[in-house]
Amino acid sequence: MFAYLTKRLIALCLSLAIASLVIFLVVEVAPGDPASYMLGINAQPDTIAALRSELGLDVPKHQRYLNWVGGMLVGDFGTSYTYRSPVSDMVADRLWISLPLAIMALCLSTIIAIPAGVLAASRRGKMADAGVMTATQLGVAIPNFWFAMLLVALFAIKLRWFPSGGFPGWDNPVKALIALTLPAVALALPQAAILTRVMRSSLIDILGEDFMRTARAKGLTRRQALWRHGLRNALIPVLTIIGLQFSFLLAGAIIIEQVFYLPGLGRLVFQSISQRDLIVVESVVMLLVFAVITVNFIVDLTYALADPRLRRSA
Amino acid sequence: MKRTTTETQPLLEIDTLSASIHSKTLLDQISIQISAGEIVALTGESGSGKSMTALAVMGLLPNQVDVDGGIRMDGQDLLTLSETEMCDIRGRDIGMVFQEPMTALNPVRTIGDQVAETIRVHTKASRSDALARAAEVLTRVGLPQDRFPLGRYPHELSGGQRQRVVIAMAIALRPRLLIADEPTTALDVTTQAQILDLLRDLSQTEGMAVMMITHDLAVVSDMADKIAVMKSGEIVEQAPTRQLFANMTHPYTRDLFEASRHQANMPDPIKAPALLQVQSVSCDYPLPRPHPFAKRPAFRAVRDVSFELQEGERVGLVGESGCGKSTLTRAILGLSETTTGTILFDGTPVFSHGHPNPDVQRQVQVVFQDPYGSFNPRHRVRRLITEPFHLLPNPPTGAARDSAIAKALSDVGLSPEDADKFPHAFSGGQRQRLAIARALIIRPKLIVFDEAVSALDVRVRAQILDLMAGLCRQYGLAYLFISHDLSVVRSITDRVLVMQRGEIVEQGATEQIFQSPTHTYTQSLIAAAPQLPELGDPNAA
Repeated sequence: MFAYLTKRLIALCLSLAIASLVIFLVVEVAPGDPASYMLGINAQPDTIAALRSELGLDVPKHQRYLNWVGGMLVGDFGTSYTYRSPVSDMVADRLWISLPLAIMALCLSTIIAIPAGVLAASRRGKMADAGVMTATQLGVAIPNFWFAMLLVALFAIKLRWFPSGGFPGWDNPVKALIALTLPAVALALPQAAILTRVMRSSLIDILGEDFMRTARAKGLTRRQALWRHGLRNALIPVLTIIGLQFSFLLAGAIIIEQVFYLPGLGRLVFQSISQRDLIVVESVVMLLVFAVITVNFIVDLTYALADPRLRRSA
Repeated sequence: MKRTTTETQPLLEIDTLSASIHSKTLLDQISIQISAGEIVALTGESGSGKSMTALAVMGLLPNQVDVDGGIRMDGQDLLTLSETEMCDIRGRDIGMVFQEPMTALNPVRTIGDQVAETIRVHTKASRSDALARAAEVLTRVGLPQDRFPLGRYPHELSGGQRQRVVIAMAIALRPRLLIADEPTTALDVTTQAQILDLLRDLSQTEGMAVMMITHDLAVVSDMADKIAVMKSGEIVEQAPTRQLFANMTHPYTRDLFEASRHQANMPDPIKAPALLQVQSVSCDYPLPRPHPFAKRPAFRAVRDVSFELQEGERVGLVGESGCGKSTLTRAILGLSETTTGTILFDGTPVFSHGHPNPDVQRQVQVVFQDPYGSFNPRHRVRRLITEPFHLLPNPPTGAARDSAIAKALSDVGLSPEDADKFPHAFSGGQRQRLAIARALIIRPKLIVFDEAVSALDVRVRAQILDLMAGLCRQYGLAYLFISHDLSVVRSITDRVLVMQRGEIVEQGATEQIFQSPTHTYTQSLIAAAPQLPELGDPNAA
């Protein structure tokens, strides 16, 4: 177990180092100079030069990379070119919306998907299975922004149970959670549909395994065999998908954030790119990479917990 | 060891049991009686309905199967019981052991947990009591706690050890009936002998009735009190073991018996120069590093092996699983590099510059064990058996190609019209013929048979062995025959190499090795192999 952990940790650090280099290079070679963008097309060359030096853009590239990485290690993500405020504060503000939203959506999709997948697999070929499979087809096919608009039309405009958009802040946690509910549902549904299908097919594979027959021969009922022996084995591939979905939910919610007027991370990235606010883009992308890699690390650890065969090998 | 069977009411009475699925008959009016402490063997070829009978007793047949007749245990008809009542009987009154120990255990739970589960499902025992009993049962089946603690996971055990765990699960509550479905088929001969001893011992000491299902008559010949022979869902013959071997009435039983000890009639070996030279070959496998910065340790799977194989010679390579047979085979086929030593075929190395040598590949072909897994199901026979043509510099085309296909198919006893069929249209034995046709089509000098008949029924196996003998005579082929089955190796090879822990511990002429083995390992292998009694021998069984 120790060797497995160390190995994963080393891989994690290496991926982070490589990712930071790639992000820096890609953003640096992207066309558009932030200084001239900020000052407009009529700016004087010496004004631009002054701003460049103020923003730290005039030092050599490798020096800038080291400054950037060194800063991040001590929690200093630099200063936004456009807003002149620390990037870490901006990101932290947005993260307080995006992270709870992603977690809510993920919990919701898992809570829906695992029972639905188990139901479909255990009633394979029957009505319940057909129903679940049709629902997942729809869930995968419906674009989530359209589904979000339907939710707004029904629950916000017609029934007035939820606000149609905006975020009141965490001063009143109940209100904040209510504001995040519809976006979380809109995000969760397509994810739940995918996850249900993975859960179903994984469990169907497991139900055909020899050890399930052994369990029945011991005197376990079908249901007992399924919960005690089937589920844990079937969850192993599902964990992978959950890990991938979390990363997607954290950053990929731009459209949903747009529909609900939520100031989340996705919108921050979008705005920063259009304003050539490179330092914000770099930092947010790095943060997302960090989140993805960390989540994968956690998924790897859960694998080892779920599957004893991984603890010694790998 | 013979017990007197009490003539009281039998423990299990299967009475004119029939089963069918979509009006296709699976079991046809079978009747078997098993008394307490009695071992009854159910034998026959695959598809004869042996496992179906076992599953019917367990009440685990698929839902679509219609069952008729009676299965009475202590006078109670199991077929009339509800699913809940059957759940109470399974595991408590009837235990079952399956064929595949490698997959019969849940990989993510400890062995102690899995044995204790049988106890906890049926009794109100606390977790610690159940685990204590599990420890007792595991010790009883030969897995003492000091070496096999309850916290072990299945992947940490060998096949034989896992089968002991499965047996422990089945006997944890001292069921009165134990059903063992091919319990030793996937195991090595020495392990098989140990597991059979264990089952016999359990039946004697615990008074357990055992229904033993096997395709191998030799396995049950000195163990079963009674043998029932099944064919296409019917019991064609049923008698006490001694009587059955003394006086077989049904021709099918006689067929099975003859096929099990079939001797293929091989041509005399020709004296010829060496074809394959294996010169002090060792092969290593890298092992996982103990910690991330350590040097990668290596496992030596093959140690300093040397032998030669002459043109037209049939050589057997025997040993138990994990002895390095497969690693050596891969090296001979040029599929992997040797760590030290060289392998030459006709004087040229089989592996050079990081690749298998194509000149050698043209002359060495291989036939694998699994006739189902070794063909792409979406290709027609025509395409499947011409796959080796890509090794030729100028593969035949048009009419020449068609006649090569027709020749290869008729050589292996199939018809040229079969070329346009898909593999699923063929039985296991016919597929193995296809595999041989595929090997034969480019006229190799050496064919490697890697457990090529191990998955086949005895009668089919006998036919394939005859086919191999005929082809050998016709084309002067050399064979390297890799198998864990000693009887097959004995009937078809001129010379045998015995491998243990990566080394060849004994080699010599086949008959000489079987008559007077010198190495203790060879002796134990031969002693462990089950033997069929002579027909009509009154001392049989």
